[in-house]
Amino acid sequence: MAAEITAPPYRVIPIIPSIKPGAMEGLKPFVASDKIQEALGFPGELVEDWEERAIAKMGELLKKYRSLKVYLDACVHCGACSDKCHYFIGTQDPKNMPVARQDLLRSVYRRYFTIPGKLFPKLVGARDLTREVLDEWYSYYHQCSECRRCSVFCPYGIDTAEVTMAAREILDSVGYGQKYANEIIGKVHKIGNNLGLPGPALTDTLEGLEEDVKEDTGIDIRFPLDVKGAEVLLITPSADFFAEPHIDSLVGYAKVFHAAGISWTLSSKASEGGNFGLFIGSYDQLRQIALRIREAALELGVKRIVVGECGHAWRVAYSFWNTLTGIGDGADPNDRFAIQLQKQLDQRYKQPSHICEVTWDLIQKQAITLDPEANDHYVVTFHDSCNVARASRMGDMPGGQFEIPRNIIRAAANKFVDMNEATIMEKTFCCGGGGGLLTDDLMDLRVKGALPRMEALKEVVEKDGVNFMAAICAICKTQFTKVLPYYGFNMRMIGGVHQLVSNAIRLGDK
Amino acid sequence: MSVLFAVVFYVAALCLVGGVGYRIYDYARTPAPLVIPTTPAPTTKGGVALRITREVVFFESLFKGSLWTWGFAMLFHGGLALVLMRHLRYFTEPVWGWVDLVQPFGIYAGMVMAVGLLGLWGRRLFVDRVRYISTPSDHLMLALLILIAISGLSMKFLDHVDIIGVKAFFLGLMAFDWQPLPSTNGLLYVHLSLVATLMIIFPFSKLLHAPGLFFSPTRVMPDNPREKRHIAPWAAKMEVEK
Repeated sequence: MAAEITAPPYRVIPIIPSIKPGAMEGLKPFVASDKIQEALGFPGELVEDWEERAIAKMGELLKKYRSLKVYLDACVHCGACSDKCHYFIGTQDPKNMPVARQDLLRSVYRRYFTIPGKLFPKLVGARDLTREVLDEWYSYYHQCSECRRCSVFCPYGIDTAEVTMAAREILDSVGYGQKYANEIIGKVHKIGNNLGLPGPALTDTLEGLEEDVKEDTGIDIRFPLDVKGAEVLLITPSADFFAEPHIDSLVGYAKVFHAAGISWTLSSKASEGGNFGLFIGSYDQLRQIALRIREAALELGVKRIVVGECGHAWRVAYSFWNTLTGIGDGADPNDRFAIQLQKQLDQRYKQPSHICEVTWDLIQKQAITLDPEANDHYVVTFHDSCNVARASRMGDMPGGQFEIPRNIIRAAANKFVDMNEATIMEKTFCCGGGGGLLTDDLMDLRVKGALPRMEALKEVVEKDGVNFMAAICAICKTQFTKVLPYYGFNMRMIGGVHQLVSNAIRLGDK
Repeated sequence: MSVLFAVVFYVAALCLVGGVGYRIYDYARTPAPLVIPTTPAPTTKGGVALRITREVVFFESLFKGSLWTWGFAMLFHGGLALVLMRHLRYFTEPVWGWVDLVQPFGIYAGMVMAVGLLGLWGRRLFVDRVRYISTPSDHLMLALLILIAISGLSMKFLDHVDIIGVKAFFLGLMAFDWQPLPSTNGLLYVHLSLVATLMIIFPFSKLLHAPGLFFSPTRVMPDNPREKRHIAPWAAKMEVEK
């Protein structure tokens, strides 16, 4: 690993970088220990017969996932995706081009599962699964943040995230897992959240917060925990409980509920919105982690489930919760598992709802009032988080995930500008830390991967004087806090949408 | 020679139809357990049909991705579509009216198709990123298509063949009433062999992108996960086991 990490230079005009083969070769996040692996039911270390088992696992996944099967067949190497990945732009390593990243797995698929690959491997770019190939998988499938930007531009919609997830699942199944993601999943199961914050500590934290907010505003804003019969169960990333600037958004949610008079609660059992099962591609883990929320909702008897500012958590909540846990609507009448919960939930509201949907709805109904002057010291821009932008929705219309957060920002602040249109909405760039890469042992990659976003930010900083970049993702917030200084920006430029709401909302005297 | 080509084309047709048919069956039976459309996505089936139509007809995503590739791809595929329509006259008697109308355009389309292919090949050779990802089969596939186009055009402009005889041959094949293939020159044999080759490798190659698009979950799934519970059979079993 490089002794000193520096940001790559800005490109003069955003030209497509030339390739530098091997630029990121050998980069490897820490491998999970046997304890971490075994806690999730994966082999503790690389198994003897890893080749056989990896191929068997690939065969299994090809039967379970149409996405994987179609995507491994359909690519024509057209190159439309080749300049779209932020890690390629930042590192220039050709294996960070989405198509080349897929080909690391596709080449093995061709060798073992297709006739031309079995007969003429050289001709069709098929390879045996050797130890070098396995190490290459480990390295480059941990240089993908599963942000899906490539899938926007692919003529067949090939989503590299699906391939990365399959590769990580295969690696886990042969005992070659990543420490960061798997350790965190272990913590969720054992303690209830990604940060390993136990119940009593959570109670303390929330009580402290109530005192702080009281000092600030003079008003008793509650941060309730495990309140049975509350209307809303709020599921939020655990970083919101103590990390900066995340906590300011948590205060914002609490103020919104307070001002609107909605009873709400957090859950100590499900004190985590994040779901790293997504990152490692494991349906089983994804489901187990999501089931905690189902259990909490049933126990607390809530009518609505609302999700805080977290990108991948919102993807899992919006797109997968109904599948995994029945949190949603439209289950078959014979589907007893889902019906049990769907009957309890108030279907006049979308289940689950994003906190931004709740807030925007209340603003429109004039149930809460914002004073945008409170944020006059900010010129705000908005970073669309990848999982929200390309893997979910808000509101009734496609694209609501872009409009609703921007509407809230405009209601909460007078000065708002968007960044370059090639870097926002469905074309947004990942912060560089998503998909299970938000770990210090990948710092070099994280700094480089942030390059395209930093370029777009620099443009509006210079042109419009932007000094606040709002985001609705815990990972984005943590990543930018760390990475902004490498590019010469103040780390406090990044914050949450509900941080702005928190500053602007009118409390008490309505 | 006629017998040889007759056999080759039966095999090729079987390969193409059977191979692609099997692939489609295989894709269709493989479940998509999670809702993963690339959003913003249509929320209804009708909307999805429109999205796919835009992808098939206009290559919408590729247009966003790379204008050069999009341009050459449009030239090639558009040209190919017209050329295929023009060739329908060899398989229909009487020739359908609209196929008649297409005839003159089909010739220019052949040239346009070749230009598109050369453009795509140029990208493969001269753009470092695309060169990096190209395998030998990618180049060969382009060579095959270009040779088909050139051999076809040559029969129009350089060395005419007895097209009435060719038509009789193919109508005969379709009716299982074999007719001789006109023995004029080598060009026809070259053209037909290359086309048969293409038909045979279609189901085993990246040409599967054609049926693949219709099964791509990021494009064909409607964005309605909150409104409707979507669950794959293998995933539903997990609930019963509990």
